[in-house]
Amino acid sequence: MSMLEIENLTVEFKTGSGYFRAVDGVSLQVDKGEVLAIVGESGSGKSVSMLAVMGLLPWTAKVTADRMTFEGRDLLGLSANDRRRIIGKDIAMIFQEPMSSLNPCFTVGFQIIEALKEHLDLDKAQRKARAIELLGLVGIPSPEQRLRAFPHQLSGGMSQRVMIAMAIACSPKLLIADEPTTALDVTIQAQILELLVRLQKETGMGLVLITHSMGVVAETAERVSVQYAGQKVEEQAVKELFRDPRHPYTAALLSALPERAKGRKLPSIPGVVPGQFDRPAGCLFAPRCQLATELCHTTPPPRLDGALCHYPLKDGAPQNHPGLKERAA
Amino acid sequence: MPSDASLPAGTTAPAPPGPLRAFWRAFRENRGAVLGLAVVSFILFVAVFANVLAPYSPIEQFRGFSKLPPFWVEGSDPKFILGTDAVGRDMLSRLMYGARVSLFIGLSVMVVSMVVGVALGLAAAFFGGIVDVIIIRVMDLIMAIPSLVLAILIIAIIGPNLTNTIVAVTIVGLPRYVRLVRASALTELTKDYVTAAKVSGVGKFRLMTATVLPNCLAPLIVQAALGLSDAILEAAGLGFLGLGAQPPTPEWGSMLADTRDLMLSHPWVMAFPGIAILITVLAINLMGDGLRDALDPRLRRS
Amino acid sequence: MIRFFLKRLALTIPTFIALMFITFVMLRLVPGDPIEVRRGERGISPERLAQLRHDMGLDQPLWKQFLDYANALLHGDFGTSIVSKSPVLHEFLTLFPATLELTITAMIFAIVLGVPAGVIAASRRGGVYDQALMGLALTGYSMPIFWWGLILVLIMSNTLHLTPVSGRVDLIKFYYQPVTGFMLIDSILSGQKGAFMDAVRHLILPMIVLGTVPLAVIARMTRSSMLEVLEEDYVRTARAKGLSWTRIVGVHALRNALIPVVTVIGLQVGGLLAGAVLTETIFSWPGVGKWLIESINRRDYPALQGGIMLIATIVILVNLFIDMLYGLINPRIRHAK
Repeated sequence: MSMLEIENLTVEFKTGSGYFRAVDGVSLQVDKGEVLAIVGESGSGKSVSMLAVMGLLPWTAKVTADRMTFEGRDLLGLSANDRRRIIGKDIAMIFQEPMSSLNPCFTVGFQIIEALKEHLDLDKAQRKARAIELLGLVGIPSPEQRLRAFPHQLSGGMSQRVMIAMAIACSPKLLIADEPTTALDVTIQAQILELLVRLQKETGMGLVLITHSMGVVAETAERVSVQYAGQKVEEQAVKELFRDPRHPYTAALLSALPERAKGRKLPSIPGVVPGQFDRPAGCLFAPRCQLATELCHTTPPPRLDGALCHYPLKDGAPQNHPGLKERAA
Repeated sequence: MPSDASLPAGTTAPAPPGPLRAFWRAFRENRGAVLGLAVVSFILFVAVFANVLAPYSPIEQFRGFSKLPPFWVEGSDPKFILGTDAVGRDMLSRLMYGARVSLFIGLSVMVVSMVVGVALGLAAAFFGGIVDVIIIRVMDLIMAIPSLVLAILIIAIIGPNLTNTIVAVTIVGLPRYVRLVRASALTELTKDYVTAAKVSGVGKFRLMTATVLPNCLAPLIVQAALGLSDAILEAAGLGFLGLGAQPPTPEWGSMLADTRDLMLSHPWVMAFPGIAILITVLAINLMGDGLRDALDPRLRRS
Repeated sequence: MIRFFLKRLALTIPTFIALMFITFVMLRLVPGDPIEVRRGERGISPERLAQLRHDMGLDQPLWKQFLDYANALLHGDFGTSIVSKSPVLHEFLTLFPATLELTITAMIFAIVLGVPAGVIAASRRGGVYDQALMGLALTGYSMPIFWWGLILVLIMSNTLHLTPVSGRVDLIKFYYQPVTGFMLIDSILSGQKGAFMDAVRHLILPMIVLGTVPLAVIARMTRSSMLEVLEEDYVRTARAKGLSWTRIVGVHALRNALIPVVTVIGLQVGGLLAGAVLTETIFSWPGVGKWLIESINRRDYPALQGGIMLIATIVILVNLFIDMLYGLINPRIRHAK
């Protein structure tokens, strides 16, 4: 049994005009010491599913799942108090905007020590020592002084390091990193990713990396789950995925990588992720898919070869696609 | 690896609602706001048709019928449903005409404040420099003096009557409009669509009125609603101190002041004008809150 | 911090000068020259009038008069009451402690009830408590306080006989010299049995009446500020740490939510002094608000002028103080260069 198991997770938000389905029947597993990447464009519901695991969604959200367990414990069935003993201790999360994710009114030290106080049985001096150790671990120079710093005195990269220190404070078994580098400068991005991977290796914790960048995936992950418009469209080990993407969306994402672009112009995927009011009846990706047929537009696709597609790709060619068959005939 | 369970059938997507409908939908959701709107409409109706609806003239004194209690209390006279005041004037008629006076003051203050506030606020935002400094300093000065104290000062200079009440209450409330318009205009001015309009050669005046102003409207409408209730309260306060509309004008505040001596012996005479003020102001505020929630896109999202 | 303070202080100077100008102009605008008023007095000779005019500096050019006025103000001379013939500043300072006592207790009343009410409403968003508290708050906010005062007197004093109708202390039963001017403190200092409770009983209704509107404003502001803060990323971080809801609301959210509330509390000071005019009139509370209204009725314009000048000065100073306080809670401002 995996450490984190999610089966058929659906999250809906109540809006002024009905419900908006942000996550639509997603299933995921994360094992001990594994690095899973969840990839997708903005609005594909990748953060929302992880926020649902943490129980951090706003009150307008409705979460349903056939199964959502962490080390065999049903997360949805737990009382709020029991859940708090897991959240922040065994599962920790860092976020996209490090600058606004730290409380501006309290010092860095206060915020790290607070996490230690909540979950671990340490005395005051031990907590302080641990906080200094943590800041050193995430590569913050002169950690002792930094304890007294306020968040607005830190740069974005430093803030994210502090967030990471705070997240790993209680040696979690699973760390969820929600686009941890998106808001940072490119040079800092690489440093933070490196830090995450190093910490993951050193502590053996599981890591879920939410990102929209295939480049980040290639560098860090072992397994990849690709999400589109709230659905998981494909999941594969990272090497296989890069070599032989099954879903046209994955293929399109990969060909949009500068390193893999063939022509002089960088290819892009036309259109945007559907919102509340333009959700297609059939395959959600159909309006943007170059291979879409009448069937794709009218009927939701089945899961074939691990891809949510009527005509999953094999070695770059769609299988059973009527257009190609005709051409072949 | 288990595959995903079969996906639920896609729900048919509703069309996105238009702005006015979206507003009404959001407004309607707030029951308090709808109630407020209904009450305000009713009071407005009464105020407009007071001359038709009121059983008597508000200043006619019925000798021998003074200080009557309302109909459900013993000793009342069915001719005067809500009783009469100290000099025998019909309470119901005075309340109805009072609605006219109060709403007239409130709406006048609101309209004048809107016009002057928008003009000054936009001028401050657009011309900046010395114009901005002067306007903002003057507004700061007005804000430094407690509202009622300043109103009293103004009334002391120009004398107490209905028109001067409007003038005083307008001046006292003006800074909020000016600062609001200036602040939202300054925010809007930094946005790209304004730059786009500037680049495409839109004239300054047109930029102010046609491009920027409509985008400042939402907070301004909310301020107008809250300003209306404030103005009514402020005017009633002046009336209560004897510095508002002068007798025998049936102004709710001054009606209260007239009845202070009767408070113990005839509490009804005192109760009604106060209830009228409270209900009117409460209804407007309920409506204003609803407007704010419906017009503020940040809150509409949830 | 010191630079921030000095900058803020410098900004008040033009406001202050404009204030002097306005009050100066006001005295020239009111109907009835103070000398003309006295023309009717029996046995007053034209020479005496001219002498008076000269004494009061009214034969000088306007700009000279203004400079004299400004100079006098800066030396603490706020004019002389026509009616009592005593310096306005002296009258004001005698009466001000009563107003201060009333406004401070009203503010404490408003904060002590308003902040928790707002926090409870926000953390139970949409629930029964939220709706009930906010319904009450809106009613309080819409309350014509002069009527509210009369109703409370009617119920609490005349029907239930729980509280006295007017004044600060029962002057027949208790008499003592004012030491601080605060009746609550003086009554204790006097050592007279029951004096303190009597002062409290006198204070309670005016305090509630004056505190009602600020209470409503603070409750509403705390709630909306709290709701906004609860949506912030750092609250999500706090939740991700597995902290209890009480700690998230009470520590992480409240501290940030209070920043705008403090500003609102500061802005209420002006409103409180305005409300004090009405409250003091209703309860015959011997403070500056009642005195101001009496000055108008007696056409004592120098008193009115000086009184308004002093009240505005106090409001300006309080707002300055609030800005400082703001800097203390918000480290971003404290550290701003």
